[in-house]
Amino acid sequence: MSYLCTRNVSNNSNNMTNCKQKGLYQCDYEHDACGVGMVVNIHGGKSHDLVDNALKVLENMEHRGAETRDKTGDGAGIMLQIPHEFILLQGIPVPEKGKYGTGLVFLPKDEKAQQEILSVMIEEIEREGLQLMHLRAVPTNPEVLGAAAREVEPDIKQIFVTYPNSLTPDPSPRGEGSDYLHSNVSELDRKLYIIRKRIENRVEALAKASAPLSPWRGAGGEAFYICSLSTKNIIYKGMLTSGQLRRYFPDLSNDYFTSGLALVHSRFSTNTFPKWKLAQPFRLLAHNGEINTIRGNRGWMKARESVLSSEALGDIKDLCPIVQEDMSDSASLDNVFEFLMLSGLSLPQAMAILVPESFNDKNPISEDLKAFYEYHSILMEPWDGPAALLFSDGRYAGGMLDRNGLRPSRYTITKQGMMVVASEVGVMDFEPGDVVSKGRLQPGKILLIDTQEGKIYYDGEIKEQLAKAHPYREWLNENRVQLEKLKSGRHIENSVSNFEQKLVTFGFGQEDIDKTIVPMATAGQEPVAAMGNDTPLAVISDRPQVLFNYFRQQFAQVTNPAIDPIREELVMSLTEYIGAVGTNILTPDASNCKMVRLPQPVLTNTQLDILCNIRYKGFNTKKLSIFFEISKGEEGLRQALDDLCHQAEVSVDEGVNYIILSDRDIDETHAAIPSLLAVSAVHHYLISVGKRVQTALIVESGEIREVMHAALLLGYGASALCPYMTFAILDDLVKKHKIQEEYATAEKNYIKAVDKGLKKIMSKMGISTIRSYRGAKIFESIGLSEDLLRRYFGTEVSTIGGVGLKEIARDAIRLHEQATEQTMLQNQGQFAWRKDGIKHAWNPETIAQLQLATRQGNYEKFKAWAKIVDEKESPIFIRDFFKFKKAAKPTPIDEVEPVESIVKHFVTGAMSFGALSIEAHEALALAMNKLGARSNTGEGGEDNARYHTEVDGVSLSSKTKQIASGRFGVTAEYLVNAEEIQIKVAQGAKPGEGGQLPGFKVNEIIAKTRNAIPGISLISPPPHHDIYSIEDLAQLIFDLKNINPTAAVSVKLVAESGVGTIAAGVAKAKADLIVISGAEGGTGASPASSMRFAGISPEIGLAETQQTLVMNGLRNQVRLQTDGQLKTAKDVIIMAMLGADEFSFGTLPLIVLGCVMMRKCNTNTCPMGVATQNPELRKHFEGRAEYVVNFFTFLAEQVREYLSEMGVKSLKEIIGRTELIEVDTTNATDKQKTIDFARLLHKPETDKSLYWDRGAFTKVTGVKDEEIIRAAEKAINDGEEVTLDYAIKNTDRAVATMLSGVIAKKYGEAGLPDNTINIKFKGSAGQSFGAFAVHGLNLKLEGECNDYFGKGLSGGRISILPPARSGEDFHAEENIIAGNTGLYGATSGELYINGKVGERFGVRNSGAIAVIEGAGDHCCEYMTGGRVVVLGKTGRNFAAGMSGGVAYVYDPDHSFDYFCNMDMVELGLIEDSVSRKELLELIRQHYLHTGSALAGRMLDDWQRYVVDFIQVVPIEYKRVLQEEQNRKLQEKIANIQRDY
Amino acid sequence: MGNPKAFLEIHRQEAGYRPIHDRIHDFGEVEQTLSTRERKLQASRCMDCGVPFCHWACPLGNKAPEWNDALYKGDWELAYHLLTSTNPFPEFTGRICPALCEKACVLSRFNHEPTTNREDERAIIEAAFREGYIQPHTQIERNGKKVAVIGAGPAGLAAANDLNLMGYQVTVFEKNEAAGGLLRYGIPNFKLNKAIIDRRIRLLEAEGIEFKYNSTVSSDAISSQFSSQFDAVILASGTPTARDLKAPGRELKGVHFALELLSQQNRVLAGMEFSKDERVTAKGKDVLVIGGGDTGSDCIGTAHRQGCKSVTQIEIMPKPVEGPEDPQNPWPNWPRTLKTTSSHEEGCTRRWNINTLEFLGENGKLTGVKVQEIDWKPNPEGGRPIMVEKGKPEIIKAELVLLAMGFLKPEHPEYPDNVFVCGDSLSGASLVVRAMASGRQTAQKVDEFLKR
Repeated sequence: MSYLCTRNVSNNSNNMTNCKQKGLYQCDYEHDACGVGMVVNIHGGKSHDLVDNALKVLENMEHRGAETRDKTGDGAGIMLQIPHEFILLQGIPVPEKGKYGTGLVFLPKDEKAQQEILSVMIEEIEREGLQLMHLRAVPTNPEVLGAAAREVEPDIKQIFVTYPNSLTPDPSPRGEGSDYLHSNVSELDRKLYIIRKRIENRVEALAKASAPLSPWRGAGGEAFYICSLSTKNIIYKGMLTSGQLRRYFPDLSNDYFTSGLALVHSRFSTNTFPKWKLAQPFRLLAHNGEINTIRGNRGWMKARESVLSSEALGDIKDLCPIVQEDMSDSASLDNVFEFLMLSGLSLPQAMAILVPESFNDKNPISEDLKAFYEYHSILMEPWDGPAALLFSDGRYAGGMLDRNGLRPSRYTITKQGMMVVASEVGVMDFEPGDVVSKGRLQPGKILLIDTQEGKIYYDGEIKEQLAKAHPYREWLNENRVQLEKLKSGRHIENSVSNFEQKLVTFGFGQEDIDKTIVPMATAGQEPVAAMGNDTPLAVISDRPQVLFNYFRQQFAQVTNPAIDPIREELVMSLTEYIGAVGTNILTPDASNCKMVRLPQPVLTNTQLDILCNIRYKGFNTKKLSIFFEISKGEEGLRQALDDLCHQAEVSVDEGVNYIILSDRDIDETHAAIPSLLAVSAVHHYLISVGKRVQTALIVESGEIREVMHAALLLGYGASALCPYMTFAILDDLVKKHKIQEEYATAEKNYIKAVDKGLKKIMSKMGISTIRSYRGAKIFESIGLSEDLLRRYFGTEVSTIGGVGLKEIARDAIRLHEQATEQTMLQNQGQFAWRKDGIKHAWNPETIAQLQLATRQGNYEKFKAWAKIVDEKESPIFIRDFFKFKKAAKPTPIDEVEPVESIVKHFVTGAMSFGALSIEAHEALALAMNKLGARSNTGEGGEDNARYHTEVDGVSLSSKTKQIASGRFGVTAEYLVNAEEIQIKVAQGAKPGEGGQLPGFKVNEIIAKTRNAIPGISLISPPPHHDIYSIEDLAQLIFDLKNINPTAAVSVKLVAESGVGTIAAGVAKAKADLIVISGAEGGTGASPASSMRFAGISPEIGLAETQQTLVMNGLRNQVRLQTDGQLKTAKDVIIMAMLGADEFSFGTLPLIVLGCVMMRKCNTNTCPMGVATQNPELRKHFEGRAEYVVNFFTFLAEQVREYLSEMGVKSLKEIIGRTELIEVDTTNATDKQKTIDFARLLHKPETDKSLYWDRGAFTKVTGVKDEEIIRAAEKAINDGEEVTLDYAIKNTDRAVATMLSGVIAKKYGEAGLPDNTINIKFKGSAGQSFGAFAVHGLNLKLEGECNDYFGKGLSGGRISILPPARSGEDFHAEENIIAGNTGLYGATSGELYINGKVGERFGVRNSGAIAVIEGAGDHCCEYMTGGRVVVLGKTGRNFAAGMSGGVAYVYDPDHSFDYFCNMDMVELGLIEDSVSRKELLELIRQHYLHTGSALAGRMLDDWQRYVVDFIQVVPIEYKRVLQEEQNRKLQEKIANIQRDY
Repeated sequence: MGNPKAFLEIHRQEAGYRPIHDRIHDFGEVEQTLSTRERKLQASRCMDCGVPFCHWACPLGNKAPEWNDALYKGDWELAYHLLTSTNPFPEFTGRICPALCEKACVLSRFNHEPTTNREDERAIIEAAFREGYIQPHTQIERNGKKVAVIGAGPAGLAAANDLNLMGYQVTVFEKNEAAGGLLRYGIPNFKLNKAIIDRRIRLLEAEGIEFKYNSTVSSDAISSQFSSQFDAVILASGTPTARDLKAPGRELKGVHFALELLSQQNRVLAGMEFSKDERVTAKGKDVLVIGGGDTGSDCIGTAHRQGCKSVTQIEIMPKPVEGPEDPQNPWPNWPRTLKTTSSHEEGCTRRWNINTLEFLGENGKLTGVKVQEIDWKPNPEGGRPIMVEKGKPEIIKAELVLLAMGFLKPEHPEYPDNVFVCGDSLSGASLVVRAMASGRQTAQKVDEFLKR
């Protein structure tokens, strides 16, 4: 039993615990995602067939789960109604249905432990006046399990709980009849819940108290779990694959085992330590996705426990914690969902409170419903995240999507009353004629089935009922105060006394004003910077630091998507409520909304003053000073914090509605407590004493200037903040006329910039509302001690240790002292190097010497340069503290791996042509190809002429082709010309963010490679719209391996805590190479704060990844690559010892090519011609490929020398060998000495491989395309027309993709002549149908298809239509026939769909033509070219970020403008004849290819229909078109004049 | 950065010199000034580099990007504060600094049109004087400690200034009758008007520095009474000894060290009178300057103004590379390329690879110099190349020879702990800007020493 992770264990021999203690892996990091499905007989009829069908559904989603090589699944399970007859048949004399509770329980195999637990159970059952009537050993087949699962297999018992015979059962539960708005919970259910919670708590306590090596440890606390205990439903689950579930539990195959509904789930976990108890479904729900806000939700639930008593449950003390520890996000959600239900809320009400839809102005829902949401938002922050939720209490069954609708969920209803809801269609076969309707769950919408009444309730009806239950609107109007509507006549001064001194005290530098505050106050947004961060970490720096500098933002990668806060603003909200929450929040009451609503978290001085002085309606407030006595130093700080916490508690007891923490009153003898420390300390202290939700915290601090500062304060518990020093600066700037704004405008702009920045930071984590962000601590610290974190930040673990109160106090005092010494605000040299400023790794010496050495090809000079870099006067990076151990006996140098082989470990970073000049981009490709190493296209595609162009026999084609979220230039031809295809999930300098290439940079050649039109802005979305979770990534990898079976697929991640776990998931998704990119990495343009504050050092990320992969036994399957300011051979050696196989260099080769770190890439004015498109400046380019070749050759040579010194013969031998690292802290400062490298350097005890030892790539096999390629051989070879016919299932994924690869390889972009290969498919196509299909393919699908159809379409034609035998009452145009994210990143081709499609259709389309009959939200988002015709309704946010192409939407009821995002487009009628003709022709083609009845009607009566069409044209596109027209006109005129 | 694209649109514009026919008749400063508008445009060309090589190359660490930006925005006062935060006397460097920063400017790398930092500096400081931004600091809190500075050249003045502002009581001992060192007695007035120095000295005096002129301090005195009377002593006495040329005929009348000419001329302009015998003048003479450096060039300009018949300048080393780039010292280093100064423009024969063999004379008076063209061969053992004879000896007619071959680095005895040597005196003859930087660093060291 080696893979269990236990909390609070101090000393244990098992591996995982060790790793937690010593390494960087933590079980909190685990993520999962999955497939879910539900089969319901709407009329409640029970059958075994239904159970059987549900299991088939599960088995058909096998590809959505994951398994390791030993066939251990990550988890699979099924929820069913309790099979009463089956139970009776087992000879168990249960009372009548509903009068007993039952459920499966996982118990330790150890008998003593099991007995102990059972006696606890019996005690608790009897305490509630019930009895354990029977204990059934559940039959299982352990032989089907994988080895790892078997190792930890629990003993599974089914318990039966009843009233003692003497007692009569309670009356039937409320809610008989169809009233789904009332709780459907019986008294018995409530008792069962209480019993279960108590048992869980007691067993947990027992496990904690037991001796470290008792059976409790490995098998006890972990192996005990009550799957469910209910009177209505039962759950069978385990650490199984989808296919194993049925075989493991023979019960499920028994013909008498019947149910009227079934819910199934298969799990894909990011690592290989899945647990039995984490399999889903949970007690009420199954979840596909991830709760992004989980940290905040858990924390606030804990804080809220003190005010959650309800009439139904009484005192809940015994039931706490409501959220069980050490469980997954989904389990936590289930816990709270269950709690709310049992407190008396109805299923849909509880769901709507937990996962509310967005209710800002951009959402078309009623005012009453908005009030419902607003009322409840005061009580509960949203549980936000990609979520497809299926839930059931045994009678009602339902489904719901999160506000973004980021997980697919499709349903089919048949004539027989069967309804199937699942992540995919095609998971169950139906006769086409039986299908009544096909639909999908929509973002934020609920669907509910009452099996007792045989009714389906749709969202509109349910929500209307919910909204009308109470007069929420009135309640809010009468009680809730809106800050922006309050006015006071008082005049508040914005200036402060001792202004200059205070600036220094609060750590300001001149750059903070010039480069941060001024741009924010004038442009209303954060400044943009370039080239990455090469300055020391706060803990390494010798300058006094503000505490904010020790923190880094976390961000979503792979397991959940980031959001685009600009283009998808409709889901974002910064609204916050402050005030005291009453103790009775579960009872609907007007008094619960006695709150102040803040429009945004930054308060002006005036607003703060108003807040301090609201006296009416019983609001009151208290200001607490946050400072400490300088003379007392560390002790003074500690004392001040203790006092502060105490005062805060007293304030809560006094009923203060909000507490203001202020450092305005610092003076000569008092220094400010860092505001972050103060707010976090108070926040956590109040939670610990159960008084947190009763008040709100507001911070008034002089330190706050950047967006990051605001985010941190909010993230650690503040509700609002007032940056008064920043306002004082604005005041000063205005008064001195340094900015040409009025104060009010400057302040407004500044706040706008902070708001925008906050949205960006939240959306990086996929969080939409400030309410779920507050207190969620979505940060990690680097360089703070564990003691400090545990005491004041509610965090248990510190990656590398670091400073404590002593150093923090010292820094605050130093700044305070400097304030009296300094006469002028210093330029600290953060953004631009200064002699006396912050150290930079790239400085004049390192730049100039490197250029000289590589230009002259002088190895001695290279070594001299390397010496300056390696022996810098003070450390900058973590690796600067490391040295390698030299061997007593060096290896003779000629026995060491040669240079030619070492250089193959080096690659150049992903830098797009677009960011770089063509000269620089080609020089890199040439150099790397010459060396036999790899260069990277970056995300902008590559001119296809380069694939076959050679310079002196060396190819110009970059071996690594990157695909990023924008999919620019990602065509079939691009992909087949790669040796490695890199999926850029995140970028070091700005993880979790998208990008924008402004129109003025898009010239002819860039436009060509990106399939765009010159002059049009190109936007990269923050997430890949086909990667919202880990199984999506697996799908994309699968797609890419199909299109190019001989390329390695790599996934680029950015270092953050938890990246190791994600990497394990990525390895399980079958990637060949994983890049761990350091946060220091370069960039052409990033928000300045992202560059400095997002992501962490590559050393930490790499070490964690290495440790996690090794522990998982996955390390030998993937290559690990790392980057982040790597420079010398010593860097290479150290990173290899930390676990890297490959090393990527970005900034450095650019410097070799002439870059002098102007940091002006974003302005297109690079004077060296490296990062600019300006032809004049490009003439300055002086780089040559030879220089780069020189560099890498020298680097490899020096690596060889070091390997020889280490006594080894090859680089491989030192990979992962952290024991060869020597820590050198001889010259370390006091601060640096606090760093603890033990976790970083931990090497898991293992006999498993430490490095990659496989072939460069793995191949996909067994796909349908193999058969198709054979059948189409004549077409492929000779261009003969072929016609083929196939049946297709949802498990046939990426069909026609491999075929397209073969054609693209042979014929390039042109493909085959039109209609060369005609294939007709019948059935339900799996995901990525026709992905990257090339010209000459004509695919016709009769049936339906799943997500990602036509992804990357590269010239092929796809038509999708319902089965010919559909029933008469089946109207194609009203039904969903194709899933989400169709046509994503298509570059050319045609797509015709006779039916509606899901969300995000046509995202990033840059040239394909499509006709569809209805679409979900975000249709045509970021589109830059092509045509999309929608013959029906669209969802919200149509055309967001659309900068090119044209869309036509049929809009008979003239409501389209509400659904369209008008930021970048204009709407018009189809007036000019060219457009009319075009539209008519498109519809004609649609009719031709699909036989659409709707198209037919339109064509028949064209004149009538055409007037109801709206044309959507991007403004930029219009301008470009007009310019083009003008140019032609000019030409014509010129011609005419010449002819005269 | 004011205008990110200015460097693409605006070319470098130097103020340039007064026309030769005009300037050659007086000792007024030859350099002109740009209009305020043009000056701002020049400042706008600064690209505010992420890695400002100018700032790196400047021994003082001047923050050109910062004050250029302020200048561009018209905030002269801020520019002045930024400039003087690293540079105590921009009015000197703004006139005579060779501007290492400009050669290291990134704009210098590709089109050799660097920003006009030196001229910008001068414009800023002159504006500061003009606008009255510069007022003596009189509220200095005294710490009661005394420091002696020996030598009132740029190094000594810089050290004295810093220490004075830190609160030390500073006394400057100068062997000459006025302060400035080579600024006053080496650099001709046509490059640096001496009123500029006087203006600064008045300021320093007003701020509390005491100057003692005509006081020669021996090294013995330093070691004994100075080091005990003062808490610290800074020795900034420069490099008083010029390198001599020991060739036959050296004793002939008409063979002078360059500084004899230059310092005397400056003193004459300051109103001192010399007897005809003492007077070193080029009037009506053929002049030969031996040594191709800046001092030599100053001699040329002075000779012209004195009314010489002709000037020839010879140099023993080969002719430097022409054009902006020096392959031996690539950017961002200082290129040792052929330099043509304002004095050269005024007329001069320049020759390289010329070795001086003998001074020829009649009646003890110089009539000519025998020279020979030579060549340099690489030394097989490394080190200095070997000189070989090339042409035939020839005679250059000259009535005045000026020896401008550099200065000897002084040797120092071992001084007590509280004596600090700085500037040229420490590291040999170099630039004014280096001397000032050394002075400031030494002041810092003294402060640390005395705070210990």
